[in-house]
Amino acid sequence: MFDLERWQEIFDTIRKNKLRTFLTGLSVASGIFILVILLGFGQGMRNGIENEFKQDASTSVWVWPGVTSKEYKGLNPGRRIQLVNENYDKASAMFDDDIEYGSARIFVRGISVNYGKEALIYGVQGVASDFQFIENAKMVEGRFINYQDEVSNGKVAIIGNKIKKDVFGEVDTPIGEFIDISGIPFKVIGVFKEMEDREEERIYIPITTAQRTFNGGNRLNNLSFTLPPRENFDEAVAQAIDFKNGLREYLQQTHTIAPDDTGAIEVWSAMEEAKRYYGLTNNIKLFFWFVGVCTIIAGVVGVSNIMMIVVKERTREIGIRKALGAKPWSIIGMILHEAIFVTAISGFGGLIFSMALLEIVGPNVEVDYIMNPSVNFNVAFSTVIVLIVAGTLAGFVPAYRAAKVKVIESLRDE
Amino acid sequence: MIEIKDLHKSYKMGSNSLHVLKGINFKVEEGELVAIMGSSGSGKSTLLNILGMLDGADSGEYTLDGVPIKNLSETKAAQYRNKFLGFIFQSFNLINYKSALENVALPLYYQKVPRKERQEKAMKYLERVGLKPWADHLPSELSGGQKQRVAIARAMAAEPKVLLADEPTGALDSTTSYEVMDLIQKINDDGNTILVVTHEEDIAHMCKRIVHLKDGVIVEDKKVEQVRAEQYV
Repeated sequence: MFDLERWQEIFDTIRKNKLRTFLTGLSVASGIFILVILLGFGQGMRNGIENEFKQDASTSVWVWPGVTSKEYKGLNPGRRIQLVNENYDKASAMFDDDIEYGSARIFVRGISVNYGKEALIYGVQGVASDFQFIENAKMVEGRFINYQDEVSNGKVAIIGNKIKKDVFGEVDTPIGEFIDISGIPFKVIGVFKEMEDREEERIYIPITTAQRTFNGGNRLNNLSFTLPPRENFDEAVAQAIDFKNGLREYLQQTHTIAPDDTGAIEVWSAMEEAKRYYGLTNNIKLFFWFVGVCTIIAGVVGVSNIMMIVVKERTREIGIRKALGAKPWSIIGMILHEAIFVTAISGFGGLIFSMALLEIVGPNVEVDYIMNPSVNFNVAFSTVIVLIVAGTLAGFVPAYRAAKVKVIESLRDE
Repeated sequence: MIEIKDLHKSYKMGSNSLHVLKGINFKVEEGELVAIMGSSGSGKSTLLNILGMLDGADSGEYTLDGVPIKNLSETKAAQYRNKFLGFIFQSFNLINYKSALENVALPLYYQKVPRKERQEKAMKYLERVGLKPWADHLPSELSGGQKQRVAIARAMAAEPKVLLADEPTGALDSTTSYEVMDLIQKINDDGNTILVVTHEEDIAHMCKRIVHLKDGVIVEDKKVEQVRAEQYV
């Protein structure tokens, strides 16, 4: 491998057989190119699906009360379950160690919202300060509700970016403007951005204000929590399931619901949902690998084929070399060395070209469920290594055949 | 230099066996220029292949420069070929993508001679066959006679004990043939041992000894008065 003479011999051969070398290299380079693009798009799909889940914090857990469907402890089915402040406070206290952020939520109903003379038809929700993190809402302007707003029943409102565009288009900034909610002026103090337009059509006000000002009493519509991040995905899923079960059990007991009546209290965990989709993307990834490996096999067969032709074409030359005193191993070494060199160079060429393409085009790809196709360099690198090794193995047969060339026959005049 | 005792060789053709060499006894001293003659099928090419270690004999002894040539591994045979023998072929057998100089340098590559020395040595032999100005030409840019002279230079470059020439003038017109024979004679004059296989009488008579082969046996072995090729050039 480090024989300088051999290298010179190989460079000579390559320089003088440019077309043949180019064609061999092209087949390898395109094999690697296809593989990397495929893997890139596999990763792109994974990114896209992950992105769909980024709307809400990935560790979020949501509680939605419903209607009981089973008779339990003398209570009839068909009862509507109403969550109250006490449920939230107690749950927060019980699972204090497990909860990162928590917020109850109330949907304010039977109200009218106006800005100046314009009637707005957006939903108003009372939430706590932590809700920003649970929804993963990004503040574009101003700030979210804070603790002070909650204790002081502040008449403040946070609006979605879409509302800003639709309603406050004429003013520089909606911050400082007042909107009327059932005749009570609320000052706009922040604008948030969400992944989806639908979620930007909301007006958030402090939950305490929502309950006290709009006759909410101590009723809540749903609860939401996020759990602290864990080191790996499996731990996070296990944590989410534990928390979910504990929370449901507590709520079922307080509200006297049969333990198997899942419809009455629905607890939804983003983590569990994510796990299903991760499973899906893993399958997709597996599929792409399968296709990729098939491509590599095709590439190897291609290399082997071309090497066979090369040996055939060079039979006479090999015969001459043997007559001049080339040892069998020097013939094998020459053919293999050249093949490995060509495969490696063109493999890296294909790799670099495809990675550059992914790098340039990738970030601009914005199709549903495909985002920023890219490839892990280590993966690509190891495929090149695999290709070279496989190419060597495939090349060995023709090389060995070359070494067995009969001098007399190869030099016989046609 | 070369000593052959009771050499037999047969080829299997399906179920039949073709007995090509039927007991050859033959001795070549150092500095001889021997023509091996015979019609096609007389076994002269087979004999040359065995002498060139490109093929093995079935039975008999073959000694080259005091070294018995028997049951050689391919590697060993390659080594001996490189060290002892230089080949000149009817169809030149130059490597077509290598220049004249590189072709001549090739046997030295297999002797592990460093590149620079290789080039110098190859140039020296090219000069000797009068082709120094064509050193950088590809075989396709050379005439038949020039190609054969490059091939002779290549055979000489490894400084072998024996030069084996298989119909060296077979593909050349008579003028060029005489030029090549002139070169071979001059190399022989320098003391090199040369075996020439040919079926042309005039070429054979330019050697110092003619061995006639017929149906696998030597029918005639005589010293002849050498005709110098120079006079025809």
